[in-house]
Amino acid sequence: MTTRTTQEKPTRPALTGKSGGVRGERLFSWWTLATGLLVLAILALILITTAKQAWPVFQDMGLRFVTSSIWDPNPASGNPVFGSLAFIYGTVVSSLIALLIGVPISIGIALFLTELAPRRLRGSAIMLVDMLAAIPSVVFGLWGVLVLAPLLVHIYQWIHDVVAPVPGLNTIFGEPIGTGRSFMTAGLILAIMIIPIVTSISREVLSTTPQANKDAAFALGATHWEMITGAVFPHSFGGLVGAVMLGLGRAMGETIAVSLVIGGATNITPNVFAGGNSMAAVIVQQFGESTGTFTAALIGLGVVLFAMTVVINLAARLVVRRAEIRVQGAAT
Amino acid sequence: MPDPFTRGAPADGSRETQAPAAAQAVPEVHFAPPATALRAQDNERRKESVPPVMELRDVSVSYGDFKAVRDTNLPIDHNRITAMIGPSGCGKSTILRALNRMNDLIPGARVSGTVTYHGQDIYAAGVDPIQVRRHIGMVFQKPNPFPKSIYDNIAYGLRINGIKGKLDDQVEQALTGAALWDEVKDKLKTSAFALSGGQQQRLCIARAIAVQPEVILMDEPCSALDPISTAKIEDLMRELAKIYTIVIVTHNMQQAARVSHSTAFFTAEVDDRQVRYGRLIEFDETDRIFTNPSDERTEAYVTGRFG
Amino acid sequence: MTTTVPPAERADAGPPSLRPSGLAPRRRIINRVAQVLITLALVVAVVPLAWVTIAVLARGFQILSWQFLTEDIPNSYRRHGPGMAPAIVGTFLITGMAALMAVPLGVFGAIYLNEYGKQKPLAQVIRTMADVMTGVPSIVMGLFIYTVVVVVTGEKTGFAGSLALACLMLPIVIRSSEEILRLVPDDLRQASLALGARQWRTILTVVLPAAISGITSGALLAIARAAGETAPLVATIGITFAVNPNLFSGQNTALPAQIFRNASQPFEGAQERAWGAALTLVVIVFVFTVLARVVVSRFAIKER
Repeated sequence: MTTRTTQEKPTRPALTGKSGGVRGERLFSWWTLATGLLVLAILALILITTAKQAWPVFQDMGLRFVTSSIWDPNPASGNPVFGSLAFIYGTVVSSLIALLIGVPISIGIALFLTELAPRRLRGSAIMLVDMLAAIPSVVFGLWGVLVLAPLLVHIYQWIHDVVAPVPGLNTIFGEPIGTGRSFMTAGLILAIMIIPIVTSISREVLSTTPQANKDAAFALGATHWEMITGAVFPHSFGGLVGAVMLGLGRAMGETIAVSLVIGGATNITPNVFAGGNSMAAVIVQQFGESTGTFTAALIGLGVVLFAMTVVINLAARLVVRRAEIRVQGAAT
Repeated sequence: MPDPFTRGAPADGSRETQAPAAAQAVPEVHFAPPATALRAQDNERRKESVPPVMELRDVSVSYGDFKAVRDTNLPIDHNRITAMIGPSGCGKSTILRALNRMNDLIPGARVSGTVTYHGQDIYAAGVDPIQVRRHIGMVFQKPNPFPKSIYDNIAYGLRINGIKGKLDDQVEQALTGAALWDEVKDKLKTSAFALSGGQQQRLCIARAIAVQPEVILMDEPCSALDPISTAKIEDLMRELAKIYTIVIVTHNMQQAARVSHSTAFFTAEVDDRQVRYGRLIEFDETDRIFTNPSDERTEAYVTGRFG
Repeated sequence: MTTTVPPAERADAGPPSLRPSGLAPRRRIINRVAQVLITLALVVAVVPLAWVTIAVLARGFQILSWQFLTEDIPNSYRRHGPGMAPAIVGTFLITGMAALMAVPLGVFGAIYLNEYGKQKPLAQVIRTMADVMTGVPSIVMGLFIYTVVVVVTGEKTGFAGSLALACLMLPIVIRSSEEILRLVPDDLRQASLALGARQWRTILTVVLPAAISGITSGALLAIARAAGETAPLVATIGITFAVNPNLFSGQNTALPAQIFRNASQPFEGAQERAWGAALTLVVIVFVFTVLARVVVSRFAIKER
């Protein structure tokens, strides 16, 4: 028997209107955005505040801040002069030495990991490179100044004696400084320290070489090395350039290890065995005893260093990204 | 300029120059004469029994413990196109790669049986795979030019193999041989990626013939191309067979019927442990495979009942 | 015209040689030399690693003792004898405070990048600038905090050092956490959303727990890195010879800073202490690095 009861209209589920949590959602997403923006804020603040602090020195010295090689914070008479050319020179020279030595080694390691290493060895080799990155730079500096530099003096002396008759070479490899703390030693330590990052990026780049191109090279009767030069390098060139630039940025910014082994002398000379100084190193060496304008000048150095490393890092990241896009497009 | 399609210089020192048919500027799709007619011409030549350039005897290829292809017996005859057909996953490409030791690049791959080239077992101890690949070249399924210019793609193989002769001439010869010269002669230094798919594949063929191999292996060379490019490359194959020996793996039965002289049919079998593997079922002159095959599985495949 | 004819066709030649001797010796030699050089590269990189480790172990071990870990630093560099407790305490406190600030902020930043921002232009900019920020020289971070904190408050404190270290750690934590979040399979998110959960709830209750081991590992590595940093501390924390447990008042010191100061002294006593501090620091960094690996392997989400 079907008795008809009054049909109740089924309640329609509300699909509109705010249920609990919308405000929480918005709050949360804004909060995470804020923390992300913190990165941009800090970078901007660094630039603004340090530049402001250093402004009096910039105003006073003008362009001579970077073009003059006279750095005299406490002159016997008159106003202090802050010309940082010697330090810029030292930064550039030690970084170049680091690249010359460190990049071939890094690319070699990356090639080893992607082409030569048997699978079982690969993990341990990667771990070794990671361990190199884990050693704090101050420990490298300590070892550099107390262990490496004294040993290197003998090697420098030997090299100097060997090339003494050769013009040109004997100015680059001139008389070594007694302590061994020199551009060359700093460059060597920096080379060790940039190996992890250059190796890591190079490895990523090399491993994206399409197997099809490798097969094609082998099918033409190429040896392993010929395959690498024919298929892997052309594909990876852009990315490797980016890796090198990142290594350069790291070398330029390295502070502590360099300051312990570069010598601490305000010096512009082609002799790589002589002592010198770098921008980051001079800041850390002289900051403690500085006051007033001197401090402002050191901060100004920091501004210049900041600007240089940001530009190089940015350019490097863009180069790597563009190389990635280009080879992806080519592979399709 | 020597024409790559003449077999050596005529004795009187004069040079014949004839533009190879496939290098005509106007691309046209033309249909080859029926397979049977071609065969008749070739069967004449075969009366003098020439030993096969390559021969597989009881060849099996394993990956680790898994025997993927078993007991293959196959002759590869000189100046002929041998096609390998059959459904996917039956070992055709595996056997092809065994012919130039490309399987060596896959860890765990092992080849048993003998693969001979002019009587020498190419897997014998003391044989250098690099030398093997110099004489037995390969063209792959997807065109894979190097990220270099057209010129450098061809020059690469020439440079590493130290081939004598002026580089420019060699490059031109190779491109002419691949029916690509007229289309690219003005842009040799531009990137290979600027070419169309069909042109890139012809570039890969040019790259392979530049190092003067004797045998050219082709692994489904047209499967990534449009019909017009496919037709051009099939024409090219016929011309190339006059000089080289060609082995082609193809999924396209009609293609095998059009271009090849001999055809090998592979299919899958299941052994007593329920493991599926590939096996060569039948090998014969192409027209016989397609008109009167001996094995019923071959017949089922070529008549389209499966596969 | 024999150049165009395949080798086997030449009347004079027999079957082509497949022996390695057929390959031009120059090519074989070059290939072999390349192999040797490439392998050598790895060896060359390992040499300084081994050398430094052995030097630190050997020389640091000599001065390591209970007194070394618990006594105050001698207030004259000339003096021999142990004592690095203030630096050890300082390292833990300063780095710990920095982690407390940088890790949560970094994780939230990574959440924005991977869950909300994704490929939008602003997110791309933040991602690129975070990478750039990892390349900023550490001394610049120190100068930055000096300018905005030390100058303003008038004193150097451990907390200022923590702020500088936190600035250093932030981009590292963001990028490593983002990588981990990206690995969390989308199915998990979609399952939660399909049940009607909002995105924030999904992130906090589903995504984060799945990623927690990777994020923790990344944070531990960032902490290990920060513990070894010297330059940011130079301008911000000053120095002290006695333990100062208060981060917010009074100057402080830390292991890297002590190593740095003592390394440039000509006195043997100071140099010994430098090696001892170096050994202590390396051990701390090593422990955190190993912990990071253990966390990942033990607690990672197992594949279904």
